[in-house]
Amino acid sequence: MGASVQERGSRPTPEVSRTMSTSSREMSARAGQEPATTVGDITARDPVMTVRNANVHYGETHAIKDVSLDVGRNEVIALIGPSGCGKSTFLRCLNRMNDTIESARVTGDFRLDGQDIYDRSNDVVMLRARIGMVFQKPNPFPKSIYENVAYGPRIHGLASNRAELDDIVYGSLERAGLLDEVKSRIDEPGTGLSGGQQQRLCIARAIAVNPEVILMDEPCSALDPIATARIEDLIDELTQNYAIAIVTHSMQQAARVSQRTAYFHLGRLVEVGPTEKIFTNPSHKLTEDYVTGRFG
Amino acid sequence: MADAGNRSGTAPPISGGVTRARVEAGLRRRYRRERRFRLYGLASVLLGIGFLVVLFATIIGNGWSAFRQAYIRLDVTIDAAEIDPEGTRDPGVLSVANYPALLRAALLEKFPEASGRRERRELAGLLSGGAAFALRDAVLADPGIIGTTRSFWLLADDDADLYVKGRLPTGDDGEGGRLSSAQRGWLDALGADGRVELRFNRAFFTSGDSRDPEQAGIWGATKGSFFMLLVTILVAFPLGVAAAIYLEEFAPRNAWVDVIEVNINNLAAVPSIVFGLLGLAVFINFFGLPRSAPLVGGLVLALMTLPVIIIAARASIKAVPPSVREAALGVGASHVQMVFHHVLPLALPGMLTGAIIGMARALGESAPLLMIGMVAFVVEIPSGPLSPSTALPVQIYLWADSPERAFVERTSAAIMVLLAFLLVMNAAAVWLRNRFERRW
Repeated sequence: MGASVQERGSRPTPEVSRTMSTSSREMSARAGQEPATTVGDITARDPVMTVRNANVHYGETHAIKDVSLDVGRNEVIALIGPSGCGKSTFLRCLNRMNDTIESARVTGDFRLDGQDIYDRSNDVVMLRARIGMVFQKPNPFPKSIYENVAYGPRIHGLASNRAELDDIVYGSLERAGLLDEVKSRIDEPGTGLSGGQQQRLCIARAIAVNPEVILMDEPCSALDPIATARIEDLIDELTQNYAIAIVTHSMQQAARVSQRTAYFHLGRLVEVGPTEKIFTNPSHKLTEDYVTGRFG
Repeated sequence: MADAGNRSGTAPPISGGVTRARVEAGLRRRYRRERRFRLYGLASVLLGIGFLVVLFATIIGNGWSAFRQAYIRLDVTIDAAEIDPEGTRDPGVLSVANYPALLRAALLEKFPEASGRRERRELAGLLSGGAAFALRDAVLADPGIIGTTRSFWLLADDDADLYVKGRLPTGDDGEGGRLSSAQRGWLDALGADGRVELRFNRAFFTSGDSRDPEQAGIWGATKGSFFMLLVTILVAFPLGVAAAIYLEEFAPRNAWVDVIEVNINNLAAVPSIVFGLLGLAVFINFFGLPRSAPLVGGLVLALMTLPVIIIAARASIKAVPPSVREAALGVGASHVQMVFHHVLPLALPGMLTGAIIGMARALGESAPLLMIGMVAFVVEIPSGPLSPSTALPVQIYLWADSPERAFVERTSAAIMVLLAFLLVMNAAAVWLRNRFERRW
């Protein structure tokens, strides 16, 4: 199964996909069925993560159905879709956060740089050091701003002395665009910051470990427009160094920050493609309905 | 449609006006009900406060006088012929000499009219048995005073003490009860002479138990309780927290764990005397630990406190927001790191609260201690967790059970000491908890 997936993934111009798109479009338009296959090119030019045939079950519920998708280096991929469509679940599979949920069962082929992340030889701590995560609600530790950022490097032993740790902490805060605002109160609790600052602190905490991929689960849903704009600018800058997968409910945000967009619907990946195409000329009826605001 | 037409187009069935009228009609009733409910609450709080006031008034009213003790000033001639006939000044001789005779002589000198055997005995009975020891200690400390006449403040007997305090109940004959009229006369005369004084009762806070109320103190029991609680907290807190962490964070979800959980909850409800029996069977009979020792008492109370601590600790671990766990896991903390770096510090205040509640219950517990021999009459002040001792609640029970009238006020005073101990412990715990408390 892996071989055939690989074959499909490496195809440069997915003609088959396009033909399938018309048929499935007709099918779902006719019967209102779920689409059977993804429309568009699931591959990235320079993939850092590849996912093939991902399935997630929560007990009896089949939350993710046969999803295949690449995350490319130095690109932002936006995962959009109506509530409960499985986009967050999919994101949480990428750094194995679903491991903590007892009823969750994840199958499929998840690779980071070609290595199977669910393989026994691959340690979950190592994986999460390489794939950072920013959550929906800003969740700084109830510790000082400094300690929040220093925690990751400290447990991973990234700094050999205090000066190096200082460098990492100040550098991360700088890159998160937060340093100027918190320089004078670096030893005060991170929970005392405003919502937007807290979220940037969480981003600084994530990049302090110097991951390869950053997963963001609706990072701006609890923030006001100004704080949101700052985070979006930050995401733009971070693209230079990281691959970013971002789940968002805001289609404008997806359009603004991402290069590729994936549309999820009822646990399936309906369509994926360049962001511009998804928002201006979607191939699938469901995608079109969603991005034009007919539902969702 | 036709109906609507019949209503002649005034309004839909319930218009804004109707809503207003209905709300208005019910509003007063609503507020009345709320006021009544507030009154019930206030009444129950006042009732509680009332009972508390009565309780404290009774205890303090009965017990405050125990903190003062009557002393009698006597001019004692330290007769060398009586205590050191050979003039050796040998401490061995001096410590076993007949000091009560000196006191009797001093009293007789003051009240020469006491002639008969009975009267003399009554006269000597004004002083405590401890007075002779005080005199001996003074002589041993400075043998130079032998042969001189010195003025000493000497401990009065418990009944004399009560009489001086005006707390001696009258007897069946309406007379002085346990004090004869002659004794009361002597005390009055001594008082008029300025030779009777109520002083701070230091012995109550520094000595162990005694059959003589005027010499009985609470310090032995306090130290016993202290050692016991020390053992309890040292055993129960780490064990309880470790068990809670394991059950909450690491244990697999299966039938065995369910059985353990149910049993922990059941253990919290087991009567304390059963734990006493368990302690007797296990710690004393099987392991051969000494009886009446605070170590055993502490272990038994630890068993009793353990379920309380486990339940509270698990609840506070559960209360740690999942966002903090996710944050820690998200930066790559392992499960154990997450628990010890983030969950535990946040759960600690709640765990401490649980431990405090358990300890407060343990401090006031007497039933299990009866089973392991801590109800004994212990005069010695315990020097460690292995020396025989009683505990504060047991001491209160023992004194409340004693026939001497003077133990009534001492029982209440001991209750005050127990409550003070409890207050100090809780205050320390609240302070600790606030120190560890963090916002998130």
